[in-house]
Amino acid sequence: MASKAKDALFDPVFKRNPIALLVLGICSALAVTTVFDKAVVMAISVTVVTACSSALVSLIRNLIPNSIRIIVEMTVIASMVILVDQLLKAFLPGIADQLSVFVGLIITNCIVMGRAEGFALKNGPWLSFLDGIGNGLGYSVILLFLGAVREIFGSGTLTLPGLGPLTILPLTADGGFYVRNGLMLMPPSAFFLIGLFIWGLRTVYPNQVEKD
Amino acid sequence: MLQEHLSILFESVFSKNLALSFFLGMCTFLALSKNMKTAIGLGMAVVVVQGITVPVNNLIYQLLASFDLEFLGLISYIGTIAAMVQILEMFLDRYVPALYNQLGIFLPLITVNCAILGGSLLMIEQQMTFPQSVTYGVSSGLGWALALCALAGVREKLKYNDIPAGLRGLGITFITVGLMAMAFLAFAGIEI
Repeated sequence: MASKAKDALFDPVFKRNPIALLVLGICSALAVTTVFDKAVVMAISVTVVTACSSALVSLIRNLIPNSIRIIVEMTVIASMVILVDQLLKAFLPGIADQLSVFVGLIITNCIVMGRAEGFALKNGPWLSFLDGIGNGLGYSVILLFLGAVREIFGSGTLTLPGLGPLTILPLTADGGFYVRNGLMLMPPSAFFLIGLFIWGLRTVYPNQVEKD
Repeated sequence: MLQEHLSILFESVFSKNLALSFFLGMCTFLALSKNMKTAIGLGMAVVVVQGITVPVNNLIYQLLASFDLEFLGLISYIGTIAAMVQILEMFLDRYVPALYNQLGIFLPLITVNCAILGGSLLMIEQQMTFPQSVTYGVSSGLGWALALCALAGVREKLKYNDIPAGLRGLGITFITVGLMAMAFLAFAGIEI
């Protein structure tokens, strides 16, 4: 039992990473990672929504008629997202503004739906909760990696939540040595980085390589 | 008036492409771009659904806003999208069976495509009027379909290349999309 819970929690981080292996939930992973603290807030929101909605769906799984289960899952997820959205707007208005539509888009983030559909409908609430946290963590690993790399090389700083930007590579404009790489803040760099991340991951776990 | 609509059209097809600069609908974008035929079918379905749901959500937003109920927005938009897709499916099945068979399984899949919900949310963020939202819906769908077909064309050719094992499949697709996004960046700043 203990090992099952451990697997549910840790497997999705590297071995079955939802982004790199299952191609789920990529949209937001790319769009919100230009500044590190945005990535942190987004990672936490997605983890919370995935864990709570998996647990809730699992709790009511025996009451849902099979034919309308997708609509029920959608409603549970949408309610969780509205809660997170309102909380962010109330307590972190600056970041909520920058994340703009992407908080709302957690509803259609396939990770949340995929875990509700693929895991929570067959397992108990506690395991589903752990699985949700695990998948959220797997998503967070990639998000934080992208956020850190893009911000450090794009603007030479690392913005930690609550601390403000810390200078990592002093820019030439302020008398330092680093010329900032503007491409890192543009959409294409996110695609390159995630492609390279997948390459690295699949070199370590060769069984994830796709066969044509 | 006409110029305003033209600039919305140009922006949403090229410089603010939903797929390549907002990263919306990525899951379907990557999963269903392996060959041209499916890409065209899915692209058409997205244009139709986007062209209907964005204007409808615009009306719903105005209704909700007049009662100060904006926080119910998300749940109503997703409900509208699911309902519209269902109605469209029934309508096509009854009156245009040829198109219905062509779109096949893609129609229901579109409900969970974030490009559709994203289109509605971006439209609301830009505070568009009803006629503007009609143009925006159709043209943002077109932009997404264009990107999808372009990627499918590239991937069909990629099959014949010798790619390092770890990069095969998903990895190289990401890098290809990155290069496409860079090409589309060239449109930024052009205004009509």
